[in-house]
Amino acid sequence: MGPPRTLFDKIWDAHEAVPAGPDHPAVIYVDTHLIHEVTSPQAFALLRERGLRVRRPDRTWATVDHSIPTRFVEGRPAFLNRATRNQVETLERNCGEHGIPLFRMGDPGQGIVHVIGPELGLTQPGRTIVCGDSHTSTHGAFGAWAFGIGTTEVAQVLATQCLLQERPRTLGIEISGRLGAGVSAKDLILGVIRRFGVAAGRGHVIEYRGAAVRALDMEARMTLCNMSIEAGARAGLIAPDETTFAYLEGKEHVPSGDGFAGLVARWSRLPTDEGAAFDRVLSFDAGSLEPMVTWGTNPGMSCGISEAVPAPADAEERAALDYMGIEAGRPLLGRPADVVFIGSCTNARISDLRAAARVLAGRRTNPATQLLVVPGSAQVRRQAEAEGLDEVFRSAGAEWRAPGCSMCIAMNGDRLSPKELAVSTSNRNFEGRQGPGGRTVLASPVTAAASALAGAVADPRPFLQD
Amino acid sequence: MEPVVRIASRTVVLPADNVDTDQIIPARFLTGTRRDGLGASLFADWRRDGAGELRADFPLNRPEAAGARILVAGANFGCGSSREHAPWALTDYGFAAVVSPSIADIFKGNAVRNGLVPVEIEPAAHRELVSRPGAEIVIDVETGTVSLPDGGSARFDLPPFARRCLLTGRGPLDFLLEQEAAILRHEQGKDDRAETP
Ligand code: SF4
Repeated sequence: MGPPRTLFDKIWDAHEAVPAGPDHPAVIYVDTHLIHEVTSPQAFALLRERGLRVRRPDRTWATVDHSIPTRFVEGRPAFLNRATRNQVETLERNCGEHGIPLFRMGDPGQGIVHVIGPELGLTQPGRTIVCGDSHTSTHGAFGAWAFGIGTTEVAQVLATQCLLQERPRTLGIEISGRLGAGVSAKDLILGVIRRFGVAAGRGHVIEYRGAAVRALDMEARMTLCNMSIEAGARAGLIAPDETTFAYLEGKEHVPSGDGFAGLVARWSRLPTDEGAAFDRVLSFDAGSLEPMVTWGTNPGMSCGISEAVPAPADAEERAALDYMGIEAGRPLLGRPADVVFIGSCTNARISDLRAAARVLAGRRTNPATQLLVVPGSAQVRRQAEAEGLDEVFRSAGAEWRAPGCSMCIAMNGDRLSPKELAVSTSNRNFEGRQGPGGRTVLASPVTAAASALAGAVADPRPFLQD
Repeated sequence: MEPVVRIASRTVVLPADNVDTDQIIPARFLTGTRRDGLGASLFADWRRDGAGELRADFPLNRPEAAGARILVAGANFGCGSSREHAPWALTDYGFAAVVSPSIADIFKGNAVRNGLVPVEIEPAAHRELVSRPGAEIVIDVETGTVSLPDGGSARFDLPPFARRCLLTGRGPLDFLLEQEAAILRHEQGKDDRAETP
């Protein structure tokens, strides 16, 4: 037995193909590489320029999500313009040329890259997973080391299945207490980021620990890990446990029978050993949280739904309030919402849609507010339709779309107009993120749904009392 | 990638903290499939008003900013998405270095891989640069020093490998391709182990 190790240490050790030397970082082997249409074309171009092939097409998976339309006109996808269509066609060509499996629009496995990885069972404990997208941290919910990379790195992984990595420090965040009614993993991560700041995780891999984390189901854990990047960390991990194993059993790319039992035995050795030290430890009480909303232009600028928006502490916060057209000193409650967006890799899984539908069932949205519900994947969409959730959404007045990133990133034409305000279940409230001049209030699916009914930022809790 | 050893230029100062990659290049400009030509969209929503006209008061648009190759930015520069379009837009516009008290992790890596020098300096030295927009300064990648307008100098750190990449113009891909034997060994061992300890 060696010295006690953290979950992260164990994954690192098992993937170090070449240890760090005096003049180079370690070479880390990548188990699973996910690619999409926006950050891969230039990587394939680099390969072509240098006459290189994709080393492991069998470890590479492609989907389309970022710039694709979520609307169809006369049965045909309504691409925003020729450029977005060209990105999709370029990915199709590149995947065809290199033998990479691709989920096209309309395929049963297509969806937002961070929603489909877990659904298909490609995301497994102990793996290294990368993608040219910063919310790759989502997959850490399974105890995988998953992080976003740039396009040049996408080319490196395509060509060598490896990356050069400086070893990050480890940050343990101990979360105690129990989430109250109407308070979800989204509120939890917004609370953590508010408390510790948008740079808290810089240079670190976070491991979320403690009773409040153990109590979360897999989809909630994904929401938590998803926004690690908003806390400044490239990756966030949760140790695998029975909840993880139960989720994975029977998934398409997970072996069954003895193979599964063997995997579970190995996965069970992954959690951080007793006595292993983190470089830093923070603790947080989940019990005191209420539903959270952001009032500014970074995800740390948030407050509880009934709390008054705090007075600006500096010029940056003043500028943020100004951009948002929000006044400090009173709650955001009642602030009219032009759009409510329920979607994105943070909150467009089936449990998110079920939670939103519970609020919306039998009610109508405020006619002044547009409600857009965009499932995270084709599988989520099918499941929602099987449960009749699409009917709940439509009867409430919502638009029920095809899966994709949609208004989370506003590349596909789903976007806000200047000064429009959206209550959004996505992860970034940066200036213009959902359209130039658009204003984003980040919130949970139930808060978003309640806001669609009220036509304004609303507390979901009254709608959840049966 | 061209080697970068020394950058001598005037500065442009953009003092805001937490400038994220959505500001550096808004997502709607990511619909291309090429690396070049993105300079025109750098800071698009700050450089231009709603009608597409250049805003005269934006630092990059001031006449004295023309040709400056060093951007002095606020803390946590380049946070947000991992889009490499951010350094592509900066280099295509003409920048060779970003100077800040702290630069976001992913952005820093992306910058080095594209020959854009990430320079993290002490807050006091940074304040000096912020207070003197347009100052002529020299960034020396080999020694890790920045000359300051008051005659002093500030040190900045780069991981040895990043420094070597910048100085030689040979990037990580070249290095990784040379590791083929080790990668193969790892793969053979690991495919049996199914990647868990
Ligand atoms: S849903 Fe949004 S955050 Fe998630 S991958 Fe798509 S664009 Fe990125």
